[in-house]
Amino acid sequence: MTALSPSSSPLAATGDDPDAPSARRASSATGSRRPGRDRLQTSHLLFALPALLFFAVFALLPLVGVVGLSFTSWNGIGAIQFTGLTSWAEALSRPTTWQGLGLVLMMIVATWLLQTPMSILLGTFLAGQQRYRNLLAVLYFLPLLLSSAAIAITFKSLLDPNFGLANGLDLPLLRQNWLGDPVLVWGVLLFIIAWQFIPFHTLIYQGAVRQIPQTMYEAAQIDGAGRMRQFFSITLPQLKFTLITSSTLMVVGALTYFDIIFVLTQGGPGVATRILPLDMYLTGFRGNEMGVASALAVMLVVIGLGLALGVQRLGGRDASASQMEGA
Amino acid sequence: MRNFPLSRRSMLGATAGLSALTLGACGTAGPGSSGGGDGGSASYWALSGEPNETIYGDAVEVFNEGDQGQIDLTFFQNDAYKQKIRTAIGAGEAPTIVYGWGGGGLRTYAEESQVDDVTDWLDEEADYKNRFVESVWPAATVDDRIYALPQGATQPIILFHNTTVLGDIGAEAPETWDQLLDVVEKANSAGIAPISLAGQSRWTSMMWLEYLLDRVGGPEVFARIAAGDSEAWLDDSVIAMGEKVKELLEASAFADGFESMAADSNTDQALLWTDQAALMLHGGWTFGSMKASGGDFVQSGGLGFGPFPTIDGGKGELTNLVGNPCNYLSLSTSASDEEKEVAKAFLKDGAMSDQVAADLIASGSVPVIVGQDDALAASEDAEYLQWVYSSIQEAPAFTQSWDQALQPTQAETLLVNIEQLFLGQITPEQFAENMSAGEGA
Repeated sequence: MTALSPSSSPLAATGDDPDAPSARRASSATGSRRPGRDRLQTSHLLFALPALLFFAVFALLPLVGVVGLSFTSWNGIGAIQFTGLTSWAEALSRPTTWQGLGLVLMMIVATWLLQTPMSILLGTFLAGQQRYRNLLAVLYFLPLLLSSAAIAITFKSLLDPNFGLANGLDLPLLRQNWLGDPVLVWGVLLFIIAWQFIPFHTLIYQGAVRQIPQTMYEAAQIDGAGRMRQFFSITLPQLKFTLITSSTLMVVGALTYFDIIFVLTQGGPGVATRILPLDMYLTGFRGNEMGVASALAVMLVVIGLGLALGVQRLGGRDASASQMEGA
Repeated sequence: MRNFPLSRRSMLGATAGLSALTLGACGTAGPGSSGGGDGGSASYWALSGEPNETIYGDAVEVFNEGDQGQIDLTFFQNDAYKQKIRTAIGAGEAPTIVYGWGGGGLRTYAEESQVDDVTDWLDEEADYKNRFVESVWPAATVDDRIYALPQGATQPIILFHNTTVLGDIGAEAPETWDQLLDVVEKANSAGIAPISLAGQSRWTSMMWLEYLLDRVGGPEVFARIAAGDSEAWLDDSVIAMGEKVKELLEASAFADGFESMAADSNTDQALLWTDQAALMLHGGWTFGSMKASGGDFVQSGGLGFGPFPTIDGGKGELTNLVGNPCNYLSLSTSASDEEKEVAKAFLKDGAMSDQVAADLIASGSVPVIVGQDDALAASEDAEYLQWVYSSIQEAPAFTQSWDQALQPTQAETLLVNIEQLFLGQITPEQFAENMSAGEGA
């Protein structure tokens, strides 16, 4: 009987068993796949080769270069001088580094808290097959099609205190010091980033919700579960791995976030929005301190890897286990 | 499974295509030596944007029609250029002619032997050298040697005013600090922004500091700073300058929400030409853009201009100027002798030819060439252009814009501290200490 279970090893089936014929059929079915699987693995490697090569040349090699540069002092032109840990000491002793790190961590938490619930709700809503929902989906995805620079420049014009939206719509309430107030500016940034990226995460959740078997909801309905109950007991648990994927993207994305802040505030007012990735860029390419900037870059890589692995861990050890049992 | 080989093939194709693209990009990034032509060729990177793009594009075209060689001209957007040129120079891929702003950036290039010393060449070509007004040379000079050649128009910082608004509130263009405060008070009580300032851009606020420091302590204080004396930041006049900023902030002198205004969208200029502000301290280049975008504001005499007010007890004179003397062109050390010959021929005969000077005047700016009085008098903006032209020739001191006079690292620190000073986040004393210690960013 055990041989019939799909997970049993083909070796077990070779033993004397009253159900031998059926067991042999099962074993021959699984056994014949083995050599093919080896071939598949080699060709998988072959398929991955171009991407791996690209990754090595354009990601690993520069990374090694940056690690090397972090132990030097270089102004971008002229000779690169090996200075040991001097750049690291400066990177770690500057107040802007720690402030930038604090800001970026705050930003990670805030963007996650803001974007995840919205994306799940929108994704679940858009997973329905009704036509008006498809129309709404198209509208929601529009921000995703715009470049960050275009978004930032547009919002900068809209938020202008004298000639922006406040003036155009004649709404004095909108006439705020949007980009010049150290607190208000964060509200603006978080809103724009959410506006830009919620569509992307909504898309992921929409796909995931559509994967949930309808039978689960039917069974729940028979058991008398209402919409809310279905959402919390079926939809949300089924989205666990999607949540992890989306959260990883959000966390790592926020950690390296740069473009909109660069165009919109340049880290200002003062240093209120000078998050670590921006600090790294400005230190390297405006201040021309490549050594210190490289040290900051290495810090970002390490923190990013750590956070990504941490989020993956949240999914539990056996992240590949099926969530479809009973479906 | 069947579509795997397909996607692999397309992947490989894409790989090959991409590498070809990247290689191609590398190829074009280098000095363009493919021109051939009669007497060889030289590459030249310049800044995009009108009217300069047309003026310099035409100058290159005229030169290329001659038989002294070919210039390969490529235009870049301002911010993109600033970063690209540094990377290119660092990688030994610089164009033959390096466009720049003189000052601290040029010093870095000179110290790293990335641009040629042209002092001796200029001595040989005295006629060429003497065509330029005197005030352009300090910013091109590093340790008594000249490394760059002047190009383009002079851009002093000017205190512009709206004549209609000043008339309505019963004030006049200020020439002293008290008159300035008087304008601020009258404008505020009339519900008009006294001073338009795009504070978000930071270098805009810097222009105020440049003049305030000059008027309080004279041009010597910043001259010491630019020469590398970081103690000079602790001078009393730097603190006095900060106190003046505080005074202006407390009097609500700058337009509401000025910290949110950015200069790149020209809303600060728009505030002036829509009669919503009385004064604006800005570069001379804004004259042209206000003329272009401000309807008949400039043509109808709505735009007034004048020197920055003096301060009682201060050492700086009313005629001292700050700003950008002009732009500069240097010769890359890594270029071949042949390329340099073509480049020198172009600099001498093409880059600042009489035609270029005439075109610059027509666009509303003052070329840094002597003997333009008649041409300026004949132009439609004669009053303004002649005033600028005589100002730069009579100015006892022309201090270069701080962010260009200083080394890039210091300039970045400066801009962050300036913004915090204008936000009231740091005191004048903290500003002086931060700058002296190089802290803040």
